[in-house]
Amino acid sequence: MSVLRALWEELLGLFVDDGSLAAAILVVVGLVAVLRDTGVVGGPVGGGLLFGGLVLILLENVRRSARR
Amino acid sequence: MLIHDLTAVLSAFLASLVEVVEAFTIVLAVGVTSGWRPALLGTGAGLAVLTVLIGVLGPLLNAVPLEAMQGVIGLLLLLFGMRWLRKAVLRAAGRIPLHDEEAAFAKERKLLAGRPGFAAGTVAFQGVLLEGIEVVFIVIAVGTGRGLLGAASLGAAAAAVLVLAAGFVLHRPLSLVPENTLKFIVGVMLSAFGTFWLGESVGAAWPGADFSLLPMALGFLFAAIIGVRIAEARI
Repeated sequence: MSVLRALWEELLGLFVDDGSLAAAILVVVGLVAVLRDTGVVGGPVGGGLLFGGLVLILLENVRRSARR
Repeated sequence: MLIHDLTAVLSAFLASLVEVVEAFTIVLAVGVTSGWRPALLGTGAGLAVLTVLIGVLGPLLNAVPLEAMQGVIGLLLLLFGMRWLRKAVLRAAGRIPLHDEEAAFAKERKLLAGRPGFAAGTVAFQGVLLEGIEVVFIVIAVGTGRGLLGAASLGAAAAAVLVLAAGFVLHRPLSLVPENTLKFIVGVMLSAFGTFWLGESVGAAWPGADFSLLPMALGFLFAAIIGVRIAEARI
């Protein structure tokens, strides 16, 4: 049982370490998906928003984590 | 296609190198402290479970439509890559301690002291299984969807052979492997890979198609270097 629990925790830990980082990634991805789906932005702009948003998320998370 | 092949092999090789080194440290600690019989039995059992897992997951993955697969795998790659990149940035800036293989080895030996053979074997089993799961995920994530499972497996296998050969010769923890540098590079590559795939699945377009992976990886690398400066300065 403890092996199974460790396995589950390891699997979850593969993707989620800092919950706020994972949540912010999901928000940006969801936002770009909605903007593309509704035709508000074109394909290349959607790509730029996704990449730019992810870079900003990384920098903001690192800044906040370093100040803790 | 070539750029995807190279990225898949290199990502799988470097990421697997980190994981196999960690598994090797645990097995070595069991072998040196409790004997090689439980260490090898635990390792064999761990590898057997991993083989079954791959045998079950492989056919399941083939049944999932490519577009859905790209979205899911892209998101998982992105979460995994950004997590590694964040940690590598904070470690490079000295905000969290570096992983120390010698310290991990000493800690495992202390925990194993006085344990009977079976209990020591389960430690080896668990270590191989848990680190192996990460290798399996990495291979599947970078290899599925574009028919690169073979290339990614090759990268992971090369890492395993390299670590085992070095471990066999040195017979001590591989503390000289620059784990944080590897995590930094793999974090950059997997973040770029994940962004590319996920972008395609949500309708984003990448100028230059596959060739946009390189500038994207350079962009993440540049951002991570800035991140190190920000974390160092605690702005």
